[in-house]
Amino acid sequence: MVDIALSGPRGPKPRKRFSRRNIFIYGTLIVVALYYLLPLYVMIITSVKGMPEIRLGNVFAPPVEITFEPWVKAWSEACTGLNCEGLSRGFWNSVRILIPSVIVSIAIASVNGYALANWRFKGADVFFTILIFGAFVPYQVMLYPIVILLREVGLYGSLTGLIIVHTIFGMPILTLLFRNYFTSIPEELFKAARVDGAGFWGIYFRIMLPMSLPIFVVAMILQVTGIWNDFLFGVVYTKPEYYPMTVQLNNIVNSVQGVKEYNVNMAATILTGLVPLVVYFISGKLFVRGIAAGAVKG
Amino acid sequence: MSSISIKDLKLNFGAVEVLKDLTIDVAEGEFLVLLGPSGCGKSTLLNCIAGLLDVSDGQIFINDKNVTWEEPKDRGIGMVFQSYALYPQMTVEGNLSFGLKNAGLSKSDIAQRIKRASEILQIEPLLKRKPAALSGGQRQRVAIGRALVRDVDVFLFDEPLSNLDAKLRSELRVEIKRLHARLENTMIYVTHDQIEALTLADRIAVMKGGIIQQLADPRTIYNKPTNLFVAGFIGSPSMSFLDGSLSGGVFQAGDLSIPLAGYDGDASGTLSKVKLGLRPEHIAVSTNATPGSVPAIVDVEEPMGSDSLLWVSLGGQPVSVRIEPEVRHPRGSEVYLSLDIPKASVFDMETEQRL
Repeated sequence: MVDIALSGPRGPKPRKRFSRRNIFIYGTLIVVALYYLLPLYVMIITSVKGMPEIRLGNVFAPPVEITFEPWVKAWSEACTGLNCEGLSRGFWNSVRILIPSVIVSIAIASVNGYALANWRFKGADVFFTILIFGAFVPYQVMLYPIVILLREVGLYGSLTGLIIVHTIFGMPILTLLFRNYFTSIPEELFKAARVDGAGFWGIYFRIMLPMSLPIFVVAMILQVTGIWNDFLFGVVYTKPEYYPMTVQLNNIVNSVQGVKEYNVNMAATILTGLVPLVVYFISGKLFVRGIAAGAVKG
Repeated sequence: MSSISIKDLKLNFGAVEVLKDLTIDVAEGEFLVLLGPSGCGKSTLLNCIAGLLDVSDGQIFINDKNVTWEEPKDRGIGMVFQSYALYPQMTVEGNLSFGLKNAGLSKSDIAQRIKRASEILQIEPLLKRKPAALSGGQRQRVAIGRALVRDVDVFLFDEPLSNLDAKLRSELRVEIKRLHARLENTMIYVTHDQIEALTLADRIAVMKGGIIQQLADPRTIYNKPTNLFVAGFIGSPSMSFLDGSLSGGVFQAGDLSIPLAGYDGDASGTLSKVKLGLRPEHIAVSTNATPGSVPAIVDVEEPMGSDSLLWVSLGGQPVSVRIEPEVRHPRGSEVYLSLDIPKASVFDMETEQRL
């Protein structure tokens, strides 16, 4: 460390804390932050109010009487059609879709990216171009052909079918992500491992994987949020008993029968958004690191 | 018996010919240096020998076995890279044992080999550390150790010292030479640094444009460069060239005429365009005219510590001369140069070959 026992004041000239510039910058930031936080605030307070209080119409007023009844109802009692199990069934459906989709898509995409980056097989460039092209094809074009395809193989309406669809649609962007990351790993490392007698899988598991935690986290976040928030595929490729949480949320919120229970709707919406939110909070730092390491370099 | 033998090796990247019909034989225990400017194909050739690049045509033999299409691990080679290429997530010990585990050696064998290699390279205290906790010199030692534990006959070095600072580089250079003397393995060493090449090599292959320009021992390369490129590339400070013509064994440039008596080669012909190459240490300077000397005008002086480099104008063309550091010649003064013609080189400018 530097010895700071030197005499006299040092370092740059101190800035005034309440300079006009700071007031302007922080003022703007606070206003923008409030603008984004306000809806969340309204959602949270509404979800803990009772219906009589909501009917008074003052959406910004804090709750007089806090009740968690709407949360319980949203989770386990709210009705969609004949079914009155609340969101919980959708939650577990989403989990059952999410976990295999994320694992399978990342496993395949990372091997794809590794092969494209390090084992320059014949036609690798053509293969890669086709794969990237896949990222630009609009979902709507593929929707119906996939329905037919799944029907023909007997997977239409099943969770397995949906998992396969998620895996395929995640492939282009994830492969690109992994390929770019593995390209940024020095080639000599790969050569050294080959001289050391490691094969395709040996290098993948023992050399590449241990160096690639950040990019796996990025891929995981992309897939978890993407698949969790998916509505279209969920509603098209499954049937009501397998609907993911997003579809069920829609059905609860948009149900036309009876009274609009705003507090229950708010609670249900927050519950549905909780999973991506938690993922971001836990792995935010790694996410930034991975983006910086993998996605920028081409 | 030759340790490595390369026959008519060709490598094309698309339409670009990177290596053109290379043929080299490396004797057992020989230290061969591949030297050349960047892009000359020297690292590419090394990668072909290692099996990291597929060749387009030709054959490679290691210990008389055709390994042209063998995997790197089956070729009996160890390789050291410029960027060290240590596996960052493993300790030094893990790095050393990785290849041995892949080869299926027993634990006791592995331990024994690591012990021997780490003794030779003096890296025993580092075995439990990760590469990130090592200095550049230590990392390169470990990288050499990784080749050493493989217990192979052939070592391949791909610019192993280029990432190190000057002092460390000269230290490790001596160490590699010592290692070679001790192990007596065949070593192929790629570098663009001619000092490394001249100090380490039994033979040097000077490469340019995917072709070996000259393959010879360092003294021959230095004293009798086969063509203009080799002459200009080897030697620091480099050789001076005088443009002129040749007739009846006399070199002529303007008013200057230098008889090439005692020239090591055939300079008896008559050629309209030749270059006379002179190394700085093969010219002597004196302030008085001596028989056979030629007059020149002093331009500038470059002190280099152990000696100085004096730039003079000889018949209007710049020539550098190595002189004692104590001797001073004022700018613009007239001096007389005695040329050591038996050590000079004359190049035909038509072919750029040495006469």
